[in-house]
Amino acid sequence: MVQTLQGKYGSGIEPLTYLGQNYMVVDRSLIPEILQVLRNEEHFDYCVDITAVHYPQREKQFDVLWVLYSFPRNERIRVKTQIADGETLASSVPIWAAANWLEREVFDMFGIKFNGHPDMKRILLPDGWKGHPLRKDYGILQQDNEWVQINLGIESGQ
Amino acid sequence: MTDPNTLSPLDLETPDKTFLDANELVINMGPQHPATHGVLRVILRLDGEKVMGLECVIGYLHRGVEKIAEHRTYTMFNPYVDRMDYVAAVSNGLGYCEAVEKLLNVEAPPRAQYVRVILTELNRMASHQLWLGTHALDIGAITPLFYTFRDREEILKIFEKYCGARLTTHAFRIGGLQYETYEGFEKEVKTFVSFVRPKIDEYEELLTTNRIWLERTKGVGKISGKDAIALGVTGPVLRASGVKWDIRKAQPYANYKNFDFDIPTGENGDTYDRYLVRMAEFRQSLRIIEQAVDNIPEGPIMAKVPKVMKPPVGEIYHSVEAPKGELGYFIVSDGSTQPYRIRVRPPSFVNLQALDVMCRGQLVADVIAVIGTLDIVLGEVDR
Repeated sequence: MVQTLQGKYGSGIEPLTYLGQNYMVVDRSLIPEILQVLRNEEHFDYCVDITAVHYPQREKQFDVLWVLYSFPRNERIRVKTQIADGETLASSVPIWAAANWLEREVFDMFGIKFNGHPDMKRILLPDGWKGHPLRKDYGILQQDNEWVQINLGIESGQ
Repeated sequence: MTDPNTLSPLDLETPDKTFLDANELVINMGPQHPATHGVLRVILRLDGEKVMGLECVIGYLHRGVEKIAEHRTYTMFNPYVDRMDYVAAVSNGLGYCEAVEKLLNVEAPPRAQYVRVILTELNRMASHQLWLGTHALDIGAITPLFYTFRDREEILKIFEKYCGARLTTHAFRIGGLQYETYEGFEKEVKTFVSFVRPKIDEYEELLTTNRIWLERTKGVGKISGKDAIALGVTGPVLRASGVKWDIRKAQPYANYKNFDFDIPTGENGDTYDRYLVRMAEFRQSLRIIEQAVDNIPEGPIMAKVPKVMKPPVGEIYHSVEAPKGELGYFIVSDGSTQPYRIRVRPPSFVNLQALDVMCRGQLVADVIAVIGTLDIVLGEVDR
């Protein structure tokens, strides 16, 4: 399968494997297309997870990844792409309906926006919260003091 | 509802037209609600009593577990994992310990794996018993709650004797188990199995052919197999929609390969089928426990794991079949003692997305039934 994809997209895809688990590092420009191909032609019809990792030292700071599973092939793969701070990605909601809340959570925790998402807003944190907690520059005890004071009426940290 | 286009001029002059004549009513099922299984807020758009659409607002129990993970070592994070799905804490622990064991490239010894399977299946039964009691209670049947909680006590007693805690057990360690099984463990598990078998028949007798139960659950909250897959729904909800898929069979872990059990499925994907699937899962869990408890091998309970765990740089995704669905752990290691990123893929979070699709066109009372049948635990949804 990887051969056909590499044949089509050439250097944009880099297949790797670690500890028996296969994953592909894909160029950002290929993203919605690759996912569409994986779903339609290779039958990866179950989107298990969408998540991100933050590497502040790198130039392309975020690693966004999709974990996909195919029922007929009983195979799980990960599709990884690297984006810089502030860049956006196309939403996979048209491809898998499960992506809806998963992308909202990535936005909530990291600040990565997905274009074309029907409802791009925070999901776990309150709506007016400033800051994206899972970034590495967000402190572990840090809170949005303004929000806490306005909405809870207490000094933050209590 | 009167159609505004056919109102006569006389109607428009009456001062009695108020906002109550609007076609759509937006009602808040607030975070404090006895039937939402935790702090879940659902905003319902109703046409009379029919649900036109709903939106879930979650995050009331968000504790930032993934952020905490970046500041704790692998062993220190182990107890945090139980607190997410606090009803089925053992499965959470199993998933996490197995994921880290994979990263470290160790395997738990066979004795540890057998005991892990026994405890996990006992916990699956306890979780399903809690589900049955609370689900029936939401629908209005109060008796099953007392029956299931009384029987669940026996399981919790076993857990308490084994690891000291009933609910958030922290039963497993990375590399195996910490505690050897106590004197009489096998005997107690066997007594429990023979004790609980007739009890499951009792639960079935109360509900399965009960006229009121059938009317309240048949045809409620239907979701087709295709929709379920597209929405990422897993666990008994997916199996009740006809998709025969269980991670214990598809991608076995913790030597589930050695055990013989079936995967119950349903046909219609409605609430009644989900109930039947979970009742059948009780029996399958008992089968697994029986097979395991007779054959626990002797040997060490802990593999050779370094005291200071520094997995090599890399990432891994490992998932287990929790009672709620596919519970996945994505761990990124940067070679230090603390994980760089741990992502927990919670089954209840993804299953809850399907609530909107399942409740369209149903009545308000059915929304309660569907929330119960999805078997969500807010600790897992919000982490």
